[in-house]
Amino acid sequence: MKTDHKKYLIISNSDSVRLDAIPVLPYADFTAAVETLLLKPETHCVNYFAFPDHDGLKFIICIADDLQKELCVLSHKQDASGGRELASLTPRIPALHLFEREIHENFGVFFTGHPWLKPLRYAQERADQAADMNAYPFYRIDSEELHEVSVGPVHAGIIEPGQFRFICNGENVLHLEIQLGYQHRGIERLMLKKDGLLQRTILAESIAGDTAVGHSLAFAQVMESLAGIPLSRQLAIERAIALELERIAIHIGDIAALCTDIAYALGANIFGILRTGIINYTQSWCGNRLGKGMVRVGGTYHPFNETLKKNLLDALSSFEKMFVELSHRAYKLPSVENRFDDIGTLSEQQARTIGAVGMVARTTGIPRDIRMSHPFAGFKYYPYEPVVLSKGDVFSRFLLRRKEIKRSMAWIRDVLSHETFDEASERPVTLASLAPDSFCISLTEGWRGEICHCAVTGPSGDLRFYKVKDPSLHNWKALELSLRNLEISDFPINNKSYDLSYCGFDL
Amino acid sequence: MFDEIKIIRHNGRQFIPDPVTAVVPAPYRGRPEIRPGKTDEQALVALCPTGAIKTGPFRIDLARCCFCGECAFRFPEKVSFTNDHKLATNDPERLIIREGQTEAIRCDQTRIAKQIKKMFGRSLKLRQVSAGGDNSAEFELNAGGNANFDMGRYGIEFVASPRHADGILVTGPITKNMAAALQIAYDAVPAPKLFILCGTDALSGGIFADSPALDRSILDKIPVDLYIPGNPPHPLTIINGLLDLIS
Repeated sequence: MKTDHKKYLIISNSDSVRLDAIPVLPYADFTAAVETLLLKPETHCVNYFAFPDHDGLKFIICIADDLQKELCVLSHKQDASGGRELASLTPRIPALHLFEREIHENFGVFFTGHPWLKPLRYAQERADQAADMNAYPFYRIDSEELHEVSVGPVHAGIIEPGQFRFICNGENVLHLEIQLGYQHRGIERLMLKKDGLLQRTILAESIAGDTAVGHSLAFAQVMESLAGIPLSRQLAIERAIALELERIAIHIGDIAALCTDIAYALGANIFGILRTGIINYTQSWCGNRLGKGMVRVGGTYHPFNETLKKNLLDALSSFEKMFVELSHRAYKLPSVENRFDDIGTLSEQQARTIGAVGMVARTTGIPRDIRMSHPFAGFKYYPYEPVVLSKGDVFSRFLLRRKEIKRSMAWIRDVLSHETFDEASERPVTLASLAPDSFCISLTEGWRGEICHCAVTGPSGDLRFYKVKDPSLHNWKALELSLRNLEISDFPINNKSYDLSYCGFDL
Repeated sequence: MFDEIKIIRHNGRQFIPDPVTAVVPAPYRGRPEIRPGKTDEQALVALCPTGAIKTGPFRIDLARCCFCGECAFRFPEKVSFTNDHKLATNDPERLIIREGQTEAIRCDQTRIAKQIKKMFGRSLKLRQVSAGGDNSAEFELNAGGNANFDMGRYGIEFVASPRHADGILVTGPITKNMAAALQIAYDAVPAPKLFILCGTDALSGGIFADSPALDRSILDKIPVDLYIPGNPPHPLTIINGLLDLIS
């Protein structure tokens, strides 16, 4: 922990620090420091949020430096008396647009110069209670030639709700705008309201059910850091294995779903069957196919052992046999390539501008991966080298999943060949006293990308503020941008190739 | 062509021959059982994260249970989870597990109108609406239609439009932001129609039950035809619940 010119504090993933150790800058200095930090290509903003502080608001921004493997944290404070108006950073750093919109929605801070200060998710605690979900201010183009297509909130299929508005010129999409918020359950507020550790863990598992391990791990890291609970090497490694299994399962499911969307029945069915083998393995480990119950604060009820290790190796080899045979065929079929190639391209420049993370960033040539840049859990002991592609189209996202599955399997096998697992894992803790007046940031790399949880505690170690960021927060914009000038009929494969989370965004 | 045939041969038969008799192995947590005998009941009530455990008499309400298994891990002499995955019923009373109760959970057949079985027994099309769901129940519903579980073999399918549906299946705790859309979707289904709640969040609000961001008032207006517990429900729980209702 050190400070640079007293402008920002430098910490590592899952560090807890005293709240007063974070420099509080005047707003002009804050914006200048943020701009300087974000100029470098290896940095991006992982979180920016505000919370009530005495009679005003305190704003904390966390910027990740992927080369130095550091997190830079700085803040500014606004008194209620000073009015709730700030110059927006978005015109210079567009990646911050969602964070400013969120702060605007929740606290009524007006960011002057923000190009689209629209509601984000119609949160229950929003400052403007009169803002109406059904009157979202969509962009429109008044023209005789153009038409609008409105889709949702209920979509065709078993899928979550969101409102999509296309502005089209004939079959071509000029602009897509997505309104979310239908899934808003008030997770962050509930996190403060619930006082039990287990209740909070269950809540973290329910942020996005398809990322139960990723989010519950981020949550557990926050609690363990704030409470000073030491973790064994074995537990750290087990958790990383669970996270990689989640990645393999969802990736293979998405590959199957992409095959479904182009009516490639063989791929759709057999890739789908392959997922069953992986999630059934997860169930044989923790009792739940989605890994709910796997991660608990301070320990586990489901220790990994030598029997599970043998079964996992068996499950991976039978998975791999079929996976390799089928993907050799599926990824070379001209009809598949023709449908995915050059569709929905996101450029590296666009990805950088919107602050894309995870898979989406890695398909455009940006090596952004928390497992490598800010290692956590088992990745501290066994480094992970991310897969990076450069084309940024649907085929890249289709291909990245295949390559990441192979990489994750290789990583798991490497770990299993070096480690022995005795059954003496720690049991979960039921009570944790958190460090008072502190701040903690925890990052994990879920299958979609980086997950960030931040917590602020009060004078008695109570949870004062909790902030969740799902990778989808950044990446929905990528879907909007990459659909421009495509035929509207390409929307389904494009949407599926991202497979973004509605509930993770809506919280 | 030959490559495809080889792949199909190597894939072999992957479907579950009979979802009605299929067994899910432990440590899967299905229907809980409570052994009679003294225990620290208050401690059990206090540890349950969703308030599913009640006393006087001691019981577990599966409409609230999030199947985390904490009670069984901490009080193994009192509570255990069996691997019985058949949990769905149309009677909320049957979701309440009492001491010594080991009977399976099934629908109360006397409550089901004859018309339902006659009309939907061989063909049931449902429209799923996610109202704050965390995408886990949705995940398992999709799995129910895959080549392993293949609920299509019973004529059960999920359709795109409520106009084509015989009923609505709700996942999620029903958020305020989604309440109106859910009502519109339900109204669009032609009668007679079913209304099904799938997953603990839908049944009771689950871990979100005390959130002010929910609006569950629609449940005061619409009778529920089937409750499918689970966090999320296993595909076999979903399939067997639907079969019990319609066939």
